[in-house]
Amino acid sequence: MSYQAVIGIETHVELSTRSKMFCACPVDTSSPPNTNVCPVCLGLPGALPVLNETAVEWAMMIGHGLNCSIADHSVMSRKNYFYPDMPKNYQISQYDLPLCIDGHLEVESDDGVRRVGITRVHMEEDTGKSTHVGGSGTRIHDALFSLVDFNRAGTPLMEIVSEPDIRTPAEARAFVTELREIVLALGVSDAKLEDGSMRFDGNISIRPEGSESLGTKVEIKNMNSMRSLQQALDHEIRRQSEILESGGEVVQETRHWNEDTGRTESMRSKEEAFDYRYFPEPDLVPLAVDPDWDQRVKNELPELPSQARSRYAGLGLDAEAAALIARGDAGALFAEAVSAGADPKLAANWLTGEVMAWTRRENVELAATPLAAIHLAELSSMQLDGRLSASAAKDVLAGVLAGEGAPADIAEERDLLQLSDAGALQEIIDQVLADNPEAAEKLKQGDEKVLGFLVGQVMRASGGKADPKLARELLGT
Amino acid sequence: MSDFADLTIRQAGEGLRAGEFSATELLEAVHKRATMTEAELHAYLTIDRNGAARMAVAAESAFRRGEDAGPLQGIPVALKDNMVTRGVETTAGSKILAGWIPPYDATVVSRLQAAGAVVVGKTNLDEFAMGSSTENSAYGPTRNPWNPDTVPGGSSGGSAATVAAGSALGSLGSDTGGSIRQPAAFCGVVGVKPTYGLVSRYGLIAFASSLDQIGPFARTVDDAAVLLEAIAGHDPMDSTSYSGEVPDLRSGLGAGVQGLRVGLIAEMMGGEGYDPGVVAATRQIVAGLESAGATVAEVSMPSVDYALSAYYLIAPAECSANLARFDGVRYGLRVTGSTTEEMMANTRGEGFGPEVKRRILLGTYALSAGYYDAYYAQAQRVRTMVIGDFERAYEEVDVLIAPTTPTTAFRLGEKASDPLAMYLSDICTIPSNLSGHPAMSVPVGLDESGLPLGVQVLAPALGEPVMFRVAGEIERQASFSHRARLASSVVPR
Amino acid sequence: MSEDAGTPPEVDIDIRRVARLARISLSVDELATYEEQLPVILHHAARVQALPTEGIEPTSHPLPLVNVFRSDAVGECLDRDEVLAEAPEVQDHQFVVPRIMDEA
Repeated sequence: MSYQAVIGIETHVELSTRSKMFCACPVDTSSPPNTNVCPVCLGLPGALPVLNETAVEWAMMIGHGLNCSIADHSVMSRKNYFYPDMPKNYQISQYDLPLCIDGHLEVESDDGVRRVGITRVHMEEDTGKSTHVGGSGTRIHDALFSLVDFNRAGTPLMEIVSEPDIRTPAEARAFVTELREIVLALGVSDAKLEDGSMRFDGNISIRPEGSESLGTKVEIKNMNSMRSLQQALDHEIRRQSEILESGGEVVQETRHWNEDTGRTESMRSKEEAFDYRYFPEPDLVPLAVDPDWDQRVKNELPELPSQARSRYAGLGLDAEAAALIARGDAGALFAEAVSAGADPKLAANWLTGEVMAWTRRENVELAATPLAAIHLAELSSMQLDGRLSASAAKDVLAGVLAGEGAPADIAEERDLLQLSDAGALQEIIDQVLADNPEAAEKLKQGDEKVLGFLVGQVMRASGGKADPKLARELLGT
Repeated sequence: MSDFADLTIRQAGEGLRAGEFSATELLEAVHKRATMTEAELHAYLTIDRNGAARMAVAAESAFRRGEDAGPLQGIPVALKDNMVTRGVETTAGSKILAGWIPPYDATVVSRLQAAGAVVVGKTNLDEFAMGSSTENSAYGPTRNPWNPDTVPGGSSGGSAATVAAGSALGSLGSDTGGSIRQPAAFCGVVGVKPTYGLVSRYGLIAFASSLDQIGPFARTVDDAAVLLEAIAGHDPMDSTSYSGEVPDLRSGLGAGVQGLRVGLIAEMMGGEGYDPGVVAATRQIVAGLESAGATVAEVSMPSVDYALSAYYLIAPAECSANLARFDGVRYGLRVTGSTTEEMMANTRGEGFGPEVKRRILLGTYALSAGYYDAYYAQAQRVRTMVIGDFERAYEEVDVLIAPTTPTTAFRLGEKASDPLAMYLSDICTIPSNLSGHPAMSVPVGLDESGLPLGVQVLAPALGEPVMFRVAGEIERQASFSHRARLASSVVPR
Repeated sequence: MSEDAGTPPEVDIDIRRVARLARISLSVDELATYEEQLPVILHHAARVQALPTEGIEPTSHPLPLVNVFRSDAVGECLDRDEVLAEAPEVQDHQFVVPRIMDEA
């Protein structure tokens, strides 16, 4: 039987505010252990939380970035469970009244654009970090003991919950990628998967193709990269299909993705671990976002990746180039180059082709290269008016990236300029026609077939510097 | 006056300013009194002799420089041991915090220091403020200075007893369900639970966050106002702190009650569990107010009969989360275990006393899946109804009057084995915690066995000025004098 | 449930489960005591269920405040030595805990 997967993704994003969610300790993961702590984030007796206003506004920005409504009344709650890296043994989070609700995100998939619902975006605080010491295995409870550092405790954390609208692991990856780009464009988080400042859990069930009912849901944790997200979901679809094929039943549980074995593994879990005993946090007062505040935040939103993509598409870029430019730091350079007169398509092709290949190969940031918008504009006009061939333009671009100077100087230096002066070229053409009387005669009688041969002769006689387009024009008249 | 320890804050301030005695001499008198009374009372958990001596010297040199931080400068005061004090052990009366030295000061502590007060030490309490007799302290009970066979009330029993016995001129307690007013009544002193939010809770070891409020104990209504003025006011470290102007608490003192409307809470004037003497004393006080020109009416507040039930769901629910942080990881007691889960359970099993465990279990249950709506959410709706009853009452009257407690002080051990009977001793005080409104207890006399009687004045939110005004009139009429009749085994005559 | 008038329902409480949730180890004696006492207290508390509260909003804060914030500014942290001096067990400037069985 063929099965369809039903996937929802829960994403956690750490905000890069200056201070923590409920206290004035800095958000800074590079400090020595237990130095960024105070009575509040260490959960000392008597300490009280006070909400960081910027964190709330950034949460609203994420909500708008995901087309959510901002609730006019929302509440922080206590989520109760014991864990040694959670100082108060409850997490201040949101429960029945989250800040942002009912959004969606459009994701490119194999069968066109797909709309994935966003159930909610809510605010909470991050935990500290435990390091597990000793023992042989890879699992936490194989360790002999653990060391706890509370520097991260209290870092503002956003939880973004999708509807189970995702159907394939590739879509899941596209969803998370788009989400990450939005967060980066908003400038509210560095969203680094490798540092854990962006993390995700998935829930997945499968059902026979065409069925509308839902299968038993399994939660998957510990997917630490885009690749592991896709692999873990692929593996889980296979695992669940095999169970159903052999007449078994999928167990509702939480499973742990093991990167080394490439499998998901069942996690030990107790029934009561899920009784979080939520109740409204009495140490914090409710949030009331009025339309003015909401509008003010909305007005200050930067351009979102989807808006940038459609703007680029409007400039004639193909979808792929538009997406590539909208994604990284090339967007600003592109915009500058175009306003300096560069042809959008040429500039986009160079940026997404030669330039990205270069930065990847050299492992440098775009901003660290000598390439400036004005170079792209100059290069663009040189190619369009025939002074540089397309391939020569790429050579010149490589020179610019290597720090050899401005395009005109490099073209001169490398002897790449085309003969685009009609007078000079006419002399060569006259000589070629004189040297090839037979072809010249045929051309005169209107035989277009010899045109290619003659252009080739002109290119050879000019040492490759003739502008072939101009040569063809001159021969044709 | 033979002994400075018996002075009111107001009198002591005059003596200090007149140069009759120094802050150090005043502190020495208090220390001498404590030496005399502590063996029997056990009102203090920690007496910080060095710290207090330094503060007294600082107050003295301030006076010499002509600097005057106000009426508390040089005055020896005591703090309930659930307010954190930087560098001074703070236990909340629990074994789980034995030896804990906080790295910071509660806001009220900083404010007292800024006012030049001299902190004598930390007073005994029911563990984590859970109790009504101070018998639940892990460090042994405090006894009532009027009769050491009886309890001083609780949970702020130590703070009430120090002020009654003269081992401090004033003190701070915390009131979650009556924990200032009930011991004030039992010990014959004035005790104030201010409007929720008027005093910062930052640094108060939380019992039930939406009910807890810090307030003063003093021998006079005026002294209580002086202490409250020093600690009240907005604190950016407490999100639930009131951010407006603090009302002028003493503006109405001495103004009498002519023209004021006084209501008597009908549901608290007798019935099962009420001493007839307590009810009679309350009626007598109301009659006195009437003859002083107030109009008196009986007011019915039907929901207060349910307030105790709601309280015993809300307070344990909040405490079950507030006390989760005591887990043996970062501070305090640790009892070993082979896993973290086991270590935490062993630490909490051994570190918490029976009443604390009882309330954590109650609260955990009331919040758990399947019971939340029937218990916790329903209790919060009853809370709304209690607030509604108060608001309706305050449309008719300016203040409400009721007994502070249904009985005078009970004997040690009398209710220790019956938690529900103990809980019932808070029946008159709990409604104000649910509503967040201010209320205070004023001593009005002694019952036939020589134990103090207290009457409660309740006012609407931020109604402290009118509350103090009425309390001042009650104090004037009762002319209660406590010093002469304390147990002679405690304070020899 | 809230509409029901009259006597509150029988209390159904599994003390062992609640104690596990609350991370409190109980002795056999304590368990017996609480099994006796807690239903009595809860029965009294359950009187709240007898009140007609339809349409009444629950109150979780006595003061009707909203939107209390701090600005996103960095302040002082605690001295690490002072913090760690209170810890039951420390290694490499971190808090030591025994083996963790649950994976959060």
